[in-house]
Amino acid sequence: MPVPAPPPERRPRAHIVRLVLLAPFVGVLWVPSYNALTPSLGGIPFFYWYQILWVVIAAALTALVFFIER
Amino acid sequence: MRWVAAIVCVALFALITVLGFMAARWRRGDLDLLHEWGLGGRRFGTFIAWFLIGGDLYTAYTFIAIPALIYGAGAIGFFAIPYTILVYPILYVVFPRLWAVCNRHGYVTAADFVRGRFGNGWLALAIAVTGIIATMPYIALQLVGIQVVIGALGIGGHGLLHDLPLIIAFVILAAFTYTSGLRAPAMIAVVKDVLIYIAVIAAVIVVPIELGGYSRIFTAVPAAKLILAAPKGPTLGGYSAYATLALGSALALFLYPHSTTGILSAQDESVIRRNAAMLPAYSVLLGLIALLGFMAIAAGLAKNPEFADGFKQYGPSFAVPALFLATFPGWFTGIAFAAIAIGALVPAAIMSIATANLFTRNIYREFIKRDCTDGEETAMAKLVSLIVKIGALFFVIFLPLTYAVQLQLLGGIWIIQTLPAVMIALYTRFLNGWALLIGWLCGIVSGTWMVATLHFKGSIFGIHLFGTAIPGYAALWSLVINILVSFVLSGILNAVVSDQHKDRTAAEDCA
Repeated sequence: MPVPAPPPERRPRAHIVRLVLLAPFVGVLWVPSYNALTPSLGGIPFFYWYQILWVVIAAALTALVFFIER
Repeated sequence: MRWVAAIVCVALFALITVLGFMAARWRRGDLDLLHEWGLGGRRFGTFIAWFLIGGDLYTAYTFIAIPALIYGAGAIGFFAIPYTILVYPILYVVFPRLWAVCNRHGYVTAADFVRGRFGNGWLALAIAVTGIIATMPYIALQLVGIQVVIGALGIGGHGLLHDLPLIIAFVILAAFTYTSGLRAPAMIAVVKDVLIYIAVIAAVIVVPIELGGYSRIFTAVPAAKLILAAPKGPTLGGYSAYATLALGSALALFLYPHSTTGILSAQDESVIRRNAAMLPAYSVLLGLIALLGFMAIAAGLAKNPEFADGFKQYGPSFAVPALFLATFPGWFTGIAFAAIAIGALVPAAIMSIATANLFTRNIYREFIKRDCTDGEETAMAKLVSLIVKIGALFFVIFLPLTYAVQLQLLGGIWIIQTLPAVMIALYTRFLNGWALLIGWLCGIVSGTWMVATLHFKGSIFGIHLFGTAIPGYAALWSLVINILVSFVLSGILNAVVSDQHKDRTAAEDCA
């Protein structure tokens, strides 16, 4: 039986987990959902700590995708 | 004159000057080659890239202007946070592809890629010129950041004495950029970022303690400024303005030449992907910096006679410097101001290098002297980077600040018009070079027209859809027009006179 040629060297392929990267778009673009002062955290109004929290969540999601795709 | 702060500031400045010149010998390469001078030899690993791109994106202008916007206008100024949240998924997914194809073909600029992909010299020229013109006011605004710091150090007044420190800073910047190219801002970015983190973390801990806690700070701010005004009537009001500002700015950011330069200087694609997860640390910092704007309101700085001159001369931009002066001893304020001033030099250096790369590759080598040697190419780039900086300095010293601000506003709308030819083109070759050029033109004209109707004072333009007013960032609306025109015309032209065969790149290049 003929031996098939080895597949060419591929870089890591995009993984379906990338879809989680859509979450930050929903989280921060849907403005009416977070345009509020309460509940506050440590004295900081909701509008502000919610968005700063999303910075951390989005970074974590990106790191997640990075490690899964490695 | 605030002597202690000034001495500390100058000392740190002297340090980075030395570093800037030493950088020429770091990760040695033949600095007569454009990709060595202009892209640091594509040698920067994850951590250097983190400092470089971070220093590139989070500039002195950012640290002064965002709190100033919060101080003056309130909640809408916070759009910078969702903007930077959305930047990183885009960076992660799209830009390793650009890195790969540029690395494979030796492209130094985004316009190089467009030239190779579409074989259309005019389209590539449009991309290059857009990049150059959009960056220039941005450089000028960094110098304004240095001006505010100089003013805050007490070297006040007008005229030559006031401008002299700026000119000196600028000469130093020009000199080490000339000798070391991109390696200089990369090395200095490390110092700058360390200083900025120290200054901001100290501020967000110490200032609230002095003012009695975060609750007290936010209570001192008028309620109307704290959140967006809920829209009344058939309009999406502040909601769509805020969301489109964030999305439009995020899409535009990496199209700026200095961002592209930062990305292309990476060693390999994984550096970019890792940084997409690591750079958000700067965004947390930015969120805290934005809150400084509210702290400045709560501290009642505007009523403090010591700062009256500063606010008079610089307006809300004086909020952050005044806050540091009011809170910290002179030596620490010197550190913070040095961080801001150096935080202006790093992006100014990268922006001038990126602009020089564009001019040299995509105008000089393309249209003026095709057969230039590597040495001539780089010599031209060095010269252009110098000219660009001189132009920015001239602008800052002799023209009113409003011009720079308005041009930067327009610049954001223009640079986003390169999105189809650069970002969409990384995924599909369906688009036609000429269609893209016409789409680009439609985007530029429509975006500029929208801002003109606002008398160049803002960029939120209201469109009307199904009986609802939707105020939104003009850049996004004009981009939609651009994309529609590009796709429709491509469909037509592909059937009649296709340019698909002119693609010098291959699908695997981007994989």
